[in-house]
Amino acid sequence: MKARTLAATTALCLLTCASASAHWLYVSNEKDDTLSVIDTETNELIDTIKVGERPRGITFSGDYKYLYICASDSNAVQVYDIAAKKIIHDLPSGDDPEQFALAPDNKHLYIANENDALATVVDVDSRTVVAQIDVGVEPEGMAVSHDGKWAIVTSETTAMVHWIDTATNTLIDNTLVDQRPREAQFSADDKELWVSSEIGGTVTVMDVATRQIKKVIDFAISGVSRDTIQPVGIRLTKDGKWAFVALGPANHVAVIDRATMEVANYVLVGRRVWHMALTPEGDKLYTTNGVSGDVTMVDVASQKPEKTIKVGRFPWGAAMLPKDKIPQ
Amino acid sequence: MRASWTQGLAFSVAALLGATAMPAHAQGSLAISITYLEKKAEHPPTLSNFDLIPDDEGLAGARLAIKDTNSTGKFLKHSYALGEVVKESGGDILAEARKALDGGPKIAILNMPAADALAIADLPEAADDLLFNAGAYDTALRDDKCRRNMLHTLPSRAMLADALMQFLVKKQWTRIMLVTGHYPTDEALGEAFRNAAKKFGVTLNADKPWLADADIRRNAMQEVPLFTQDADYDAIVAADEENQFATFFQYNSWQPRPIMGSAGLMTLAWSPAMEQWAAIQLQDRFNAFAKRKMDSIDYASWLAVRSVGEAVTRTRSGDVAAIRAYLLGDQFGLDGFKGSRLSYRSWNGQLRQPIALASRDALVTLAPIEGFEHENTELDTLGLDRPETKCTGME
Repeated sequence: MKARTLAATTALCLLTCASASAHWLYVSNEKDDTLSVIDTETNELIDTIKVGERPRGITFSGDYKYLYICASDSNAVQVYDIAAKKIIHDLPSGDDPEQFALAPDNKHLYIANENDALATVVDVDSRTVVAQIDVGVEPEGMAVSHDGKWAIVTSETTAMVHWIDTATNTLIDNTLVDQRPREAQFSADDKELWVSSEIGGTVTVMDVATRQIKKVIDFAISGVSRDTIQPVGIRLTKDGKWAFVALGPANHVAVIDRATMEVANYVLVGRRVWHMALTPEGDKLYTTNGVSGDVTMVDVASQKPEKTIKVGRFPWGAAMLPKDKIPQ
Repeated sequence: MRASWTQGLAFSVAALLGATAMPAHAQGSLAISITYLEKKAEHPPTLSNFDLIPDDEGLAGARLAIKDTNSTGKFLKHSYALGEVVKESGGDILAEARKALDGGPKIAILNMPAADALAIADLPEAADDLLFNAGAYDTALRDDKCRRNMLHTLPSRAMLADALMQFLVKKQWTRIMLVTGHYPTDEALGEAFRNAAKKFGVTLNADKPWLADADIRRNAMQEVPLFTQDADYDAIVAADEENQFATFFQYNSWQPRPIMGSAGLMTLAWSPAMEQWAAIQLQDRFNAFAKRKMDSIDYASWLAVRSVGEAVTRTRSGDVAAIRAYLLGDQFGLDGFKGSRLSYRSWNGQLRQPIALASRDALVTLAPIEGFEHENTELDTLGLDRPETKCTGME
């Protein structure tokens, strides 16, 4: 009820206010079939949007006009029009899409099909499948390098990082990492690839040029059993200073100093933290906390949790809409 | 267009092996063979259609795990193959085991009653082998009857019983009626429930054997109210591994009390109802592969093959002693789709794992239950901890 009232207020403001003063955070609620929208200045929920079944991965188009949503149980990637505030069509996605990554050409979407051991490449304009690539069992994490050369898939049961050459959409190399690799992220300069291993309890940093492992980062939190430290989401700040790793049921986010590749701090957030999003300035980090059904705002400078925002059931994915891209 | 594996494979293996600094001996291909040895246990006739034991119980889990493990292996030039020996309950599994385990260190999965598993472990041919007990819940195999060459992927009855008692304490349903069947497996489970009740402070307000041999399906409504009315308690815990009565106690007790243990709220290594922690992925894969649901025995065999695969992948070695050492070491961790990293207890070779408390169609929770603490890992609140075991000679 509260969400609806707030949404109405926002709609009013959209009609009358000159420009948005804050970025909007979009969060997918896996067990509510909704998205929650949070104003990052007031840190309040401003809208709840009904989407397809079991939304997980979400990502914006390069021009921020559309939000792509992996509706896993609807077996579709839905395209949500930000200005029109509605789902305009589905993309062919293959079965059970979980995560995806948009290539910098803003045209090719790389989708992990968890049940089929496949990666599907979709042309978002023609809405057709361009390629399907066999990968390991239970593909999950997806990343495309900023220069567009590499697409990365992690496969959970196979415990591997698969390197796909985007020019030919063929598998070029495979790197063994610790058990249940989840998320993959390229550094802003494409020199490093970061991959989290949920059951291995580690993060592997790879050198992209040689595809060699540079460092395996381990975690230890006093009073928290090692079994519950299960890294999933990774976010790297644009300035290259920090890496944030969501540690799942350990209920903490690890802060890693990129220069030393050592853990600098652990920040307590909500229960079963999955994924994160940073503001464009990199001053605030938002975490989705699945079990507690909320989002924690962490101040990047002080590395302290500052605010908890209640969202829907089982929040999972997070994506940030910069304020200058919010439709007037 | 569908880019093929093999196209990239020649490339990828060469690139991977070339790029990684590995000792020369580890660069060659490895062929790992695992023997699956099964002797079917003798069971009384099944009463409920839900309790029919699939013909390929256990074997299907091992076969699927071979497929899963080869998905990593194909990138590393490691291949895994399963040898299969299945004997009916009267069969001579020992003779088959002698043949299969003869000549050098071997890896085998044993899905059979405890006595047969022990006899195989004690064969001279098996002295330097690595055996996985994936069919016997007997706590003694992890205790005074433990063997250096035997690990256990199936939980012990002590682990199953501890899980249920933690749940009862959490719910504050700490007064129970224990009903134990008359088969040796039932009695062993009943004893595990008694020990666990003592360990966690649960009171047995009644402790009765169920001796009836008549078909309970025709008389439960007459017999069970009488049987359950002479004490007050919060729950009925049934030790009925042979599935002869517990499920028919449901809705037939004198007072409205839940049934737990072998029916109602069951304590299990694996439940087909599990979906969290990516369990749905394994369930879907198993359903598609075996055309039926996965159970605890399938899961234990699946875990045994996956353990070997993980050790071979990480050590890049097919040496049985090296695999055993890695499995029992600190570095080993296995993804068992139960939300925790699974590892072996170095003192008795038992795979630590959460236990499912589930009805036939829904998972209620996984034990260890929150609040039961342990200095090392909460998983060690289930079953025999290091100070409790009489097992020596594993380390």
